[in-house]
Amino acid sequence: MAGNTDDVPEKPPYSRVIVATLHTLANPARFLKIARPLTGSFLALGIALIAIAVWAGLSQTPPDYLQGETVRILYIHVPAAWLGMGGWSGIAVASLSLIVWRHPLAQVAARAIAWPGAVFTALCLATGSIWGRPTWGTWWQWDGRLTSMLLLLFVYLGYIALARADADRGGDGRIPALYGLAGTALLPVIRYSVVWWNTLHQGQSIGLTGSSIDRSLLWPLPIALAGFTFLFAAIVLMRMRTLLAQAKAEARMRRMARA
Amino acid sequence: MSQWSFVAAAYAVMLGGAGALTLVSYLAMKRAEK
Repeated sequence: MAGNTDDVPEKPPYSRVIVATLHTLANPARFLKIARPLTGSFLALGIALIAIAVWAGLSQTPPDYLQGETVRILYIHVPAAWLGMGGWSGIAVASLSLIVWRHPLAQVAARAIAWPGAVFTALCLATGSIWGRPTWGTWWQWDGRLTSMLLLLFVYLGYIALARADADRGGDGRIPALYGLAGTALLPVIRYSVVWWNTLHQGQSIGLTGSSIDRSLLWPLPIALAGFTFLFAAIVLMRMRTLLAQAKAEARMRRMARA
Repeated sequence: MSQWSFVAAAYAVMLGGAGALTLVSYLAMKRAEK
């Protein structure tokens, strides 16, 4: 009978699909089966997109009417800032997965993200400083955006030290996970620092609804953002594979020592 | 200093840093999975 829904299997809600996917990936062997081909693909895609963005940013866009040629630093500085903050968001999500669902790979993922996140935060500060010298006449200013970004770097370094100490002492990763969640409080401070305080750093120029930057200058930026994001993902997968291989080797050594 | 010197320095720092991080991560992965 048409309209009889008894024979039609009910579609699972999206939340159940997400949880099922997370459980599927919880098995390290299954995760590695997916991660191995993805690592090379992400790396190749990232390098190709970065090459296009660098070529376009250095040769296909006009100089800015105010900043001149130095505006080209935009195409590397913004991706570094995006990955510095995005990396910490990744640590927060992994930390939440560890605390709430005890996901076995969450701790590995958070530890794998920490170093690349810290490096891209440092690169954001370095490229910003180089951009600041010809634009503002100074390498550094203790203003809201620059100082909050420097704090994020220190928070990353604190997480790296804490996670390593926890792993060395055979901890379950809950203390670094709580630190990972607490550090998230810094993200809105960075985001709104240019709104809350009168800073030397320019205000928000790119939003969800539009941009104050002219299209002729803006178009290589999404390519650069995509390229560096794929590179970041490839690095995180490489580091996750390293941590899993090291854990496997340590477990084998322990078994051999007991035998 | 010309503006291009600052642009070149920023790109060298970013690409050098990202490249070094990628290389170190790749070598560590290969060593661990051997």
